Amino acid sequence: MATVVEASAATDLTAIFARYPDAGRDALIPLLQEIQDTFGYLSLDTIRQVGAHLKLPVSKIYGVATFYNQFRFLALGKYHVQVCRGTACHVKGSAGVLDDIKQMLKIGPGETTSDGLFSLEVVACIGACGLAPVIKVNDEFHADMTTSKLERVFKALKKEAESNE
Amino acid sequence: MSSTTQPACGCGCSGEASIFTPEELQAALASGDEAALDAALTEKLALLRREDVSRPTIFIGTGTCGLGAGAAKTLAAARAWCDEKQVDCDIVEVGCIGLCSAEPIMDVQLPGRARVSFTKVTGKQAPDLLASVFDGVIPTEAVLGQFESRAQQQAWDAVPALKEHPFFAQQTRFVLAQCGEIDPSSMDEYIAHGGYRTAARVLRDLPPPDICDAVEKSGLRGRGGGGFPTGRKWKFALGAEGDQKYLICNADEGDPGAFMDRAVIEGAPHRLVEGMIIAAYAIGASKAYVYIRAEYPLAIERLRTAFAQARAAGLLGDNILGTGFHLDIVLKMGAGAFVCGEETALIHSVEGKRGMPRPRPPFPAVKGAFGKPTVINNVETLANVPPVLAMGPDAFAAMGTENSKGTKVFALSGKVARTGLVEVAMGTTVRDIIFDIGGGIPNGKQFKAVQMGGPSGGCIPEEHLDIEVDYDSLKTVGAIMGSGGMVVMDEETCMVDVAKFFMDFIQRESCGKCIPCREGTRRMLEILHRITRGYRNETETATLERFQGIMYMERLAKVIKDTSLCGLGQTAPNPVLSTLRWFRDEYETHIYERRCPAGVCQELRYFTIDQEKCIGCTLCAKRCPTEAIIGESKQAHYIIVDKCIGCGSCAAVCPKDAVLLREFDDEFEATA
Repeated sequence: MATVVEASAATDLTAIFARYPDAGRDALIPLLQEIQDTFGYLSLDTIRQVGAHLKLPVSKIYGVATFYNQFRFLALGKYHVQVCRGTACHVKGSAGVLDDIKQMLKIGPGETTSDGLFSLEVVACIGACGLAPVIKVNDEFHADMTTSKLERVFKALKKEAESNE
Repeated sequence: MSSTTQPACGCGCSGEASIFTPEELQAALASGDEAALDAALTEKLALLRREDVSRPTIFIGTGTCGLGAGAAKTLAAARAWCDEKQVDCDIVEVGCIGLCSAEPIMDVQLPGRARVSFTKVTGKQAPDLLASVFDGVIPTEAVLGQFESRAQQQAWDAVPALKEHPFFAQQTRFVLAQCGEIDPSSMDEYIAHGGYRTAARVLRDLPPPDICDAVEKSGLRGRGGGGFPTGRKWKFALGAEGDQKYLICNADEGDPGAFMDRAVIEGAPHRLVEGMIIAAYAIGASKAYVYIRAEYPLAIERLRTAFAQARAAGLLGDNILGTGFHLDIVLKMGAGAFVCGEETALIHSVEGKRGMPRPRPPFPAVKGAFGKPTVINNVETLANVPPVLAMGPDAFAAMGTENSKGTKVFALSGKVARTGLVEVAMGTTVRDIIFDIGGGIPNGKQFKAVQMGGPSGGCIPEEHLDIEVDYDSLKTVGAIMGSGGMVVMDEETCMVDVAKFFMDFIQRESCGKCIPCREGTRRMLEILHRITRGYRNETETATLERFQGIMYMERLAKVIKDTSLCGLGQTAPNPVLSTLRWFRDEYETHIYERRCPAGVCQELRYFTIDQEKCIGCTLCAKRCPTEAIIGESKQAHYIIVDKCIGCGSCAAVCPKDAVLLREFDDEFEATA
């Protein structure tokens, strides 16, 4: 997980563009992915710059970016909580896990807590079905989630965040 | 000193360098008979196969499942132990052996002894376990089994064979043969296990039409779901005219509940590369893409390493092995759209557009990526190709059933004792997979159904469990082979809820291009929502709407099936139709009796507190989101039925299991 860099009025994308010289339309998705990896999300400014680089209208780029689930247009919190809602996780009660998280963090999917610590996202399947129900916080998997396990995970994360301050 | 910084075995595991000289590599790849090679090379190959080890070797499964279960901590603990005890040993990270529920798995191979596998080795247990094994004592409670001992190895007494473990005994490990055994980041190990030899032979001796013929004759069919004969697909592309052709490997495993492709790539990435070299050569493509889910970071990393190693060894790039054949493979990351599993949608995504399908014909084999002939194959299909050509089409065709040859990998998950990746010969019964390999349903519950094929598939009930795994026979019960997701459900799973889950997924993933799919799936979801809604305060119009929806549901399903543009829409109603076919009684109970027999549908359940058991700890009252629970501290609590929304959070926190689902009679009285 890349750290989120505050994108200022004009984000410098020259380093990324340098890796895609004379790029055509087929470079659009990899470019957007790389930008999101670096800056955490796609801002209007970065999308304009991509348009200028690829000679594509901004509307077309938004068309592509909004089609795919991966792209975000708002910055993420410090901890990116992904709740797997695959079939195996569903059968093992991931709907309850999601409800619990919503209650604990007081946010819904796609939102970030007001202290900027947690972002909640629902994903279709993270491919760890044998360990259902699973959640992923940044790059770490947490398997066989229950209400009490969730409480422990978030308690530990909050503590970690406080000690870092 | 343990080898934390140095490549473990000196074979270049963590680097890109190979221990073979270019001449040796050529000789190893060219030889059909290893005995004919010179002694130094044979020795290197045997060393790489770990026929015997000079130093103790520790293998830790660090696939995504392993890491999820805590393999990173086990790995760190093992390294720390080796450093502390000054033990000279190798630590190798391997892929997933398939038994997810036993992760983290650690294997130990001592010099002169067979490799032994241990289950659920957490970071805490690792030091004690290693100390014991290094002293020559195998702790029996943690042992999974020992590998087959080779010539120079002595088997352990009283340690069961891994092959005879119930999870592995009935499997035919063909595509997964190397997963979890070899180091996925070492190309040399793959070569020592016979890798790239088929590609070398084919490139040298077989003209492309002969390869297509051989693959067609083998009866290999696409493993991504459709089951189209692979050889025939290749022939179309080979015969199509075009100055440039493309091969695309579809690793965008979007089916929620399937992870075969991820495990194959994480466990044996070179196997896929070899399959792609052969396929590209067979269709005359000089450029190939791997379209892989961005959600699989480890698989992406392993593939990148594999590409770099293969390129350095002259197996990718210009003039491969001096044959004049060129191939470049580009990694494309999928951006999360289920519909991109559809061929034409995937092509649009590769081209940088919205991943929406288009009508066919023209088929991709004639006009695909960038308007050029393109073949799209699934990971498992391509991983099948090298051994198919190595063993010959007839030997491959001997495995499996009349119309489905070879093996199939399934991702077994859900309410089953042993979850993981299972590979069986076609023709194995579903019952064998769930009850023998998977160990049946845990906690003494009753089996209800198994869902196969994900959102495009269907459920198989108990009475049809003896059906054989085969592309055609599965269709007769309304399920499909699909990509291989197999989710087991027990009595606590509500089938209406499952149908609702899939419909919710499909209507979100519908690309919106054609109306039957875009509007139809949403209407279907609404009908299912109405079936599972509570009836407190329902108006008469709402009741009418509810029954009207139910009456029209089957007709709506038929229209969506018949008129949708692509495979996603045409199969979208399957989960509903299949649950309706086998579990109509459950739907009826929801509709007429207003209850959910499995106790899943939130609005149709009511809770009560057992006055005898309740100790008045107030945990439930604090947790209740609607303040429906009242009672004094240390006194038995009560639930106010009118306020209860049936969320069940009280039941989840109760330390005494005093919160119970109300029986139907009470419920009826309460709501009447």
